[in-house]
Amino acid sequence: MSDAAAIRGASSAFRRLLRRKLALLGLALVVIIVGAAILAPLIAPFDPFEQHFDGLTLVGEPLPPGAPYLLGTDLLGRDLLSRLLYGARTSLIIGVMANGIALIIGTMIGLTAGYFQGWLGAILMRFTDLMMAFPALLLAICLAAIFQPSIWIVAFVIALVNWVQTARVIYTETSALAARDFIAAERTLGASTPRILFRHILPHLMPLIIVWGTLGISTTVLLEATLSYLGVGVQPPTPSWGNIIFENQTYFQSAPWLVFIPGFAILVLALAFNLVGDALRDVLDPTLRGSD
Amino acid sequence: MAALIFRRLIQSALILLGVSFITFFLLYVLPADPVRQIAGRSATPQTVANIREQLGLDQPFVVQYTRYLAGLFHGDMGRSYLQKTDVTTLIMARLPASLLLMAAGIAAELLIGLSMGVIAAIWRGRAVDNSLMMTSFITVSAPQFVVALLLLYVFAVKLGWFPIGGYGTPAHLVLPALTLGILGSGWYARIMRSSMIEVLRADFIRTARAKGLARSRVILRHALPNAILPVIAMIGIDIGIFMGGIVVVEGVFGWPGIGQLAWQAIQRIDIPIIMGVTLVSACAIVLGNLLADLVVPLIDPRIRIR
Amino acid sequence: MKKLLVSTALIAALALPAFAQEALDPDAKSGGGIVITYKDDVATLDPAIGYDWQNWSMIKSLFDGLMDYTPGTTELRPGLAESYDVSADGMTFTFHLRQGVKFHNGREMTADDVKYSLDRVTSPATQSPGAGFFGAIAGYDAMADGSATSLAGVTVIDPATVEIKLSRPDATFLHVMALNFASVVPKEAVEAANGDFGKMPVGTGAFKLAEWTIGQKLVFAKNPDYWRAGLPYLDTVTFEVGQEPVVALLRLQNGEVDVPGDGIPPAKFQEVMGDPAQAAMVVEGGQLQTGYITLNVKTPPFDNVEVRRAINMAINKDRIVQIINGRAVPANQPLPPSMPGYTTDHAGYAFNPDEAKKMLAEAGLPDGFETELYVMNTDPNPRIAQAIQQDLAAIGVKASIQSIAQANVIEAGGAGTAPMIWSGGMAWIADFPDPSNFYGPILGCSGAVDGGWNWSKFCDPAIDAEATAADSMIDPAAPERMKMWSDVYMKVMEQAPWVPVFNEQRYTMKSARMGGADNLYVDPVSIPVNYDYVYVKE
Repeated sequence: MSDAAAIRGASSAFRRLLRRKLALLGLALVVIIVGAAILAPLIAPFDPFEQHFDGLTLVGEPLPPGAPYLLGTDLLGRDLLSRLLYGARTSLIIGVMANGIALIIGTMIGLTAGYFQGWLGAILMRFTDLMMAFPALLLAICLAAIFQPSIWIVAFVIALVNWVQTARVIYTETSALAARDFIAAERTLGASTPRILFRHILPHLMPLIIVWGTLGISTTVLLEATLSYLGVGVQPPTPSWGNIIFENQTYFQSAPWLVFIPGFAILVLALAFNLVGDALRDVLDPTLRGSD
Repeated sequence: MAALIFRRLIQSALILLGVSFITFFLLYVLPADPVRQIAGRSATPQTVANIREQLGLDQPFVVQYTRYLAGLFHGDMGRSYLQKTDVTTLIMARLPASLLLMAAGIAAELLIGLSMGVIAAIWRGRAVDNSLMMTSFITVSAPQFVVALLLLYVFAVKLGWFPIGGYGTPAHLVLPALTLGILGSGWYARIMRSSMIEVLRADFIRTARAKGLARSRVILRHALPNAILPVIAMIGIDIGIFMGGIVVVEGVFGWPGIGQLAWQAIQRIDIPIIMGVTLVSACAIVLGNLLADLVVPLIDPRIRIR
Repeated sequence: MKKLLVSTALIAALALPAFAQEALDPDAKSGGGIVITYKDDVATLDPAIGYDWQNWSMIKSLFDGLMDYTPGTTELRPGLAESYDVSADGMTFTFHLRQGVKFHNGREMTADDVKYSLDRVTSPATQSPGAGFFGAIAGYDAMADGSATSLAGVTVIDPATVEIKLSRPDATFLHVMALNFASVVPKEAVEAANGDFGKMPVGTGAFKLAEWTIGQKLVFAKNPDYWRAGLPYLDTVTFEVGQEPVVALLRLQNGEVDVPGDGIPPAKFQEVMGDPAQAAMVVEGGQLQTGYITLNVKTPPFDNVEVRRAINMAINKDRIVQIINGRAVPANQPLPPSMPGYTTDHAGYAFNPDEAKKMLAEAGLPDGFETELYVMNTDPNPRIAQAIQQDLAAIGVKASIQSIAQANVIEAGGAGTAPMIWSGGMAWIADFPDPSNFYGPILGCSGAVDGGWNWSKFCDPAIDAEATAADSMIDPAAPERMKMWSDVYMKVMEQAPWVPVFNEQRYTMKSARMGGADNLYVDPVSIPVNYDYVYVKE
């Protein structure tokens, strides 16, 4: 497959993607959530940070869904719907950023190790194995407890534990590509190493990167939610879907909406990216295609 | 084969060494001071200095780490700063609960996941297949704590079928195991489905069918045992995923395992416990991967060892 | 060593009959057992180490010290000491030990055990968090720096008499001798436990440890040889750990649990209190606790007293009390109302955001300022921090919240890098019921050092001198001493290094079958209940 063919393949892949029902559902959900996040200031009925005095009962309990607070209020009397809409921003920013960093780290390590092999490759892949052996969540909790968590730190921590899978996949694929004739030909023609890596190998890896990038957003969103749920993720009062649950979970029996509405939102976001990612895998990467 | 196992064991040991080094380093650069936690609020600077010296925390990083490693080689994971007990004792007291939960969780995963996969493969392309595959997507997209809280809310709080958490009877085990089972079932279902479809196409199955054997018999006695092989490799990897999530599930259900121990230790910077739990988890992960790599070729001659 | 006892004039001599016989509850029945639950595991039962609110009362039932408190009150009474004498200068205490008291291992307790126990708790090798309490005993400094292995000030006169000399007058010394840290432990059991005494405790207390399954449960069994005749009433006390408060409450309703040790879960509080049948099982009482915000007086603009006063007026304490379901009363001074020395007629800084804003403007900050509020990351503290944040925003102060693990907050507080800290989760709960306990480490100069617990780094030498004078008086309960302490805290509030926010109330829920006076269930020293004196009715 030449470079041009790879690009042509990608554009036809996109058309094939659009023919899949589940993928369309996933895409639609992504668009809705991203739209809600971007338009949050316009569509949120209230300021997500304002602790309304009429948002709590006299004895300090949150209000159930109804008017004027459509999805009810949280334990501080803030409007849950507004917090959810703004929380989508946090989740997406972290999802995209952490995943972007993880993807870059994973690709660079996988690419380097796969192309150069030898001692450099061995060291990099042993390091990757080492990271695989870490209990990821435990590591993330430790890291988050060490640094004072801000959105950026949380994203960074997640990236640090999430690049490993990408690195392994990219490594395998690069190793195979590096052994192929057209790369050997480029090398004998005297092409520089960066040129081979970035002009010839990387374009062939793009489908793989896109697939892992999309699936990775799911993983990242879930990890962010879990960290925030444990209280070591995104800082209050910045809403994130995980920390909304963290703040309200002691009330989950008497005010279940405070836990399950944001929980459902996390599920939908992760599901949307999983659906799109899985469909992308099927259309972009024939080697990984399922048997149907 | 023996040489290979030996090489893999050495590799695993090196990985664990690396894990211990990185964790130790991270805890060393921690901005919080464990000595202040130990010394308490009435401590004089003199007391603080004394404790620091006794624990060897005034030593340079290399010395501290070497000492820790030396202890480790003698099977000594150090003493908890705050509980003043051997970390080994604390972990051993709680490990059985975690292992029980892991075993029950994996059993639940297999039960749910494999059934889903087999059913989907048999009725491939039908509505039941599509809805099962959609379900498998949902389970892999669900946050662990949300599933845990949901099961707790529905089956314990509202219906009262199970206790709201705790430990001791089989009833206590159901919901946490089910949480892990539901979350992990999606992956198994998908792998089982592909594997089953492949096997069902194979010649020996066609022959069996041609001989006039009942469809159900063919599926259960001939196809299933063959299709299940690739799934076994997953179990090893699954141990790693489980070890990562142990903090959350044990926390929600009040399960007295090492996850809760770790969480309390992280809150109070009890470094020897954090180190101990991390290493035990890493051991479990490495062992799981090792098993996946070594056992699968033994039971499936088609897969050759690299 | 010479006996100094005879030459000192005795100003206070307190003697009780040879056998401890006190008025027992005539309704009490002996026998039966109760079940207490906790969320967190019990860390240790070593009296020199245990410093959690949860193991504090457990250790109290396993061990005794020379001094003790009358159950349900803050009144000192002799414990293992039958009586004591204090020299005129208040510098020498002579304790006369009770005879025939046996450890759980059957050996009789003697004066040597008292000395050993005090040496042990002050020895750096023990790493006791309570070592600092014994700072007034002569020879403490030599112990702390490792140059001595025994406290020079503690002398065994004879097997039934111990003399303790102080290096400076300390009005709170008898309270210190009632702390768990001063419990008497048998040397042979400590040595036999080989470092694990916290898991194999042996004391003289009303109960002994019968069983401990780590992470699951502990069983205390009645000590049949307990030296207080007729006590304890219960045969067993079972502590089940790892139990969520919500679960504990449901199990109490099912009759499986007698006292949920972590109290009534916030989300269930209204439900319980709204139901007369359940509310009848709840005992409410005060607690020697204050929740406060520290303002770091070394960090601009909190170095300006006007700014600190303005912050005090900006916080809506009623709203914060509402957020925790009204389970507290708003505070206006560091001391909690049930502490001796509390100033009853103090008005405090009234909530007045407009005035606060004006004061900020006068202090040269008409547009407010930016700052950070540190808080421990467990519920409800981040929520309370956000309520504080909103109150501050109303007067133009932008506070960003740092919600981090307890250890990190304590670190930042000690290092003085945190401009504001909400104390919740780490708040000061008195070690002993004496007003001095709220000053030294958290408001005095001695705590304002690097790593100290005085997070506002407030240090006023004049106030410190008055505090020292109050503590140099010999009678801890003297009205003049209380007057001085009241005065100290009023002067502190004048300088406003804290915003006192609320005093948490205690709500202990007990099963209907439990008996005993209500004050045993809100015992200021034994939380949640005084195990030695409660009983079951059936």
